Amino acid sequence: MTEDVTFRVFRGEPDEEGVPTGEMVDYTVEMDEGMVVLDVIHRIQAEHAPDMACRWNCKAGKCGSCSAEVNGKPRLMCMTRMEDIMEETPEETPVVVKPMQAFPLTKDLVTDLQWAYDLNKKIPRLKGPEEMDWKFDQVEADRIQEFRSCIECMLCVNTCHVMREHQMFEEFAGPRFFVRLANLEMHPKDEDNRLEMIKDDFGLGYCNITRCCTEVCPAGINITDNAIIPLKERVVTEYYDPITIVAKKLGLRN
Amino acid sequence: MYCGVAEMTEDYTIHEYDVVIIGAGGAGLRAAIEATREGASVAVICKSMLGKAHTVMAEGGAAAALANKDPRDSWQTHFRDTMKGGKYLNDWRMAEIHAKESPDRIRELEQWGAIFDRTPEGLTNQRNFGGHTYPRLAHIGDATGLELIRTLQERGIHTGMEVFMEYTVRHIFKSDGRVSGCFAYNRVDGSLHVFKAKTTILATGGITRCWAVCSGSWEYTGEGHALAYWVGAEMGDMEFVQFHPTGMIWPPSVRGILVTEGVRGEGGMLTNSEGERFMFNYVPEMYLDEFADTKAEAMDWVNSIVADETPTARRPPELLTRDVVAKAINSEREAGRASEHGGAYLDISWRPEEQVKKKLPGMYHQFMELAAVDITKEPMEVGPTAHYVMGGVKVDPVTQESTVPGLYAAGEAATGLHGANRLGGNSLSDLITFGKRAGQHAAETAAGIEGYADIDATEIARVISETLAPLSREGGENPAKVVEDLRDMMQEKVGIIRQGNQLQEALVDLESFRVREALTSPGGTRIYNPGWHQALEIGAMIDISKMCALAALAREESRGGHTRLDFPTPDHSHWGKINSVITMEASGEMVLNHVKYPPIPDNLKGLLDADDLHEGE
Repeated sequence: MTEDVTFRVFRGEPDEEGVPTGEMVDYTVEMDEGMVVLDVIHRIQAEHAPDMACRWNCKAGKCGSCSAEVNGKPRLMCMTRMEDIMEETPEETPVVVKPMQAFPLTKDLVTDLQWAYDLNKKIPRLKGPEEMDWKFDQVEADRIQEFRSCIECMLCVNTCHVMREHQMFEEFAGPRFFVRLANLEMHPKDEDNRLEMIKDDFGLGYCNITRCCTEVCPAGINITDNAIIPLKERVVTEYYDPITIVAKKLGLRN
Repeated sequence: MYCGVAEMTEDYTIHEYDVVIIGAGGAGLRAAIEATREGASVAVICKSMLGKAHTVMAEGGAAAALANKDPRDSWQTHFRDTMKGGKYLNDWRMAEIHAKESPDRIRELEQWGAIFDRTPEGLTNQRNFGGHTYPRLAHIGDATGLELIRTLQERGIHTGMEVFMEYTVRHIFKSDGRVSGCFAYNRVDGSLHVFKAKTTILATGGITRCWAVCSGSWEYTGEGHALAYWVGAEMGDMEFVQFHPTGMIWPPSVRGILVTEGVRGEGGMLTNSEGERFMFNYVPEMYLDEFADTKAEAMDWVNSIVADETPTARRPPELLTRDVVAKAINSEREAGRASEHGGAYLDISWRPEEQVKKKLPGMYHQFMELAAVDITKEPMEVGPTAHYVMGGVKVDPVTQESTVPGLYAAGEAATGLHGANRLGGNSLSDLITFGKRAGQHAAETAAGIEGYADIDATEIARVISETLAPLSREGGENPAKVVEDLRDMMQEKVGIIRQGNQLQEALVDLESFRVREALTSPGGTRIYNPGWHQALEIGAMIDISKMCALAALAREESRGGHTRLDFPTPDHSHWGKINSVITMEASGEMVLNHVKYPPIPDNLKGLLDADDLHEGE
């Protein structure tokens, strides 16, 4: 089963104002059985364009480096089979590959993710008991292990309209970091409370639960239902629940 | 930081840190956490973005004798298992430290946020793995590497360490006999950097991208090993390369991707094209007493594991050490009993679907998405894949300092702990045990050093010129082609089964790759140019491939991760007692010697199986 495939790939860099400037370039290469999108990109580099920029590491869906938009859909290139891509691509039409659109462009398929690293530093770390050998049950672990499976591919952030359309990177932490915050808040041994930050600094209220993040998550994390909504409920209980407000005033609750 | 100008007027930035750590996987991050705790200023330089290093690919678990799952476990048994699995070529001092300290390294990870699977009592659960007498691997499903790196990352970013992401180190400088810093370029914008350091830690991982079928990420091109060799460090045990028995083999584009040993730890069975569970035929003499010799006994053991009970039966032969299982799969193929695509069948589908998905979620998705195989219903096809190098920088077992003052190494970049064959799960615990030690001792040494040594300006100019050279070459080969051919050559001639004449050929071939390397022309600019980056990696790949071939040619026996068709048995009287050491002479020539570790004291010797030691032979 060898056939040719044509990829239409974005090639370019930002101009002086940071606006992506470049063109879509067509490359045709031979395709082997079982290839994924990343294999085709590598073949293009090996045969036509050694300097085409593309991030990748593990090629096994574990590191979250090769995020891109293939035929308009955000996905990991290493876990997207060409068989499926060929099925969805109309005949005689090239497969279109672009970098993630919500982040500033570095070059070709590579974007600048510094924002994520800066934001992560602002999240207070786990605060648990000093003594070792913590005891908690698998049921408690299950809930957060789902969040621990995040590979930081940033496809959820790229897809979220608060980021993609409104570019609210300063005001809003984005789905990835609500997953991180939910991980900490639901940790059975954590003694910290980050709800005020979640409400004010990380702008949880901007999320209007369109579930786009959950749909694109390659790790299958139910971001909206299991991370964001429970955090919203906690914020509501803490800050907007009338009974809690009265209880606080009467000194019945901290 | 401040600026410098090299002789050819290329600008570069100069940075100064007490401790510079090269690599941001498990060992590098653990070292950074410890060095900052000691009060050192720390730079971490990494080829990828933070949190993406090769450690993320580790699956099955981290081995430590916590004895949460089986109270019979102890550091003594872990020590014994590690030495036996390494065929007694390990540095026993490292094996002892590792067995004693790894439990606390795991416990502290939990306090930093790691969520390992739990026992019914609510403690960190432990899984069975090849060569470990008791269930010993702390794990989270089959994504333990991700858990380890994320935990260290989340801890590390609050320590004040500075991370230089997507930088590649090209050269380590020495001033007055001590390592004084390194040169790196930024992969994103092509800028050039000199890092002055009081001490430097190599935590650069391994070299397995030198083989065509491997489980390593692109980062595994071995620059760390090469940097140490070029600056004069002794390199040990480079002939020992672990071929993991179970990599994916079909479809071709996924060949080599790891299938965790956890599948066998959870009861996965290996069969050949005739449906025979062939591992019963491959139990080595040294392990005869410890493994089941009937299917019924093996099944007893598995049933106990599934029921969460302490097994009384002996373990299935699928859980023999990796070297043994990999060679067995290879032998079945040679005998014409391979699976459809040239490997063996690995079957876990006899266990209930929900258990497979809970215990091995990554494997379920990996096979479903990449091979359209549902492992809860049908067997996987697997075969050996280059996975780990036991060899590396020779280090002091206590401080992790190399033979070059001021240079430390930890994790896969160092040698000693694993001997001729590493046990599964001992790698992750190696990273955190010796990463911590390297960070601590590098910081302590740095604290006693006043100011930064001068670095020779002509040396900087030479390295800059070498770094930029590929960009001005025209009409040469695409570097990707040279790398592909090099990897195919190593697979064929320095692979899982080796022969003297092929190893000699490999040494000749490698010189021709040197010629091709010097002529590659990637084109493009200094801005995020993978072709340029790859052109710069080939030199290191050639030198480490040569180390491997040279040491393999000399070792005329078969042991652990080194198998010679022309010398198929172990030679306990000679080769079983000595380790290879490679150094670079002043002339630039690669020289091979053999040395012995100090004799093992009686209290530790008493923990080992006396019959294995072949004393007096």
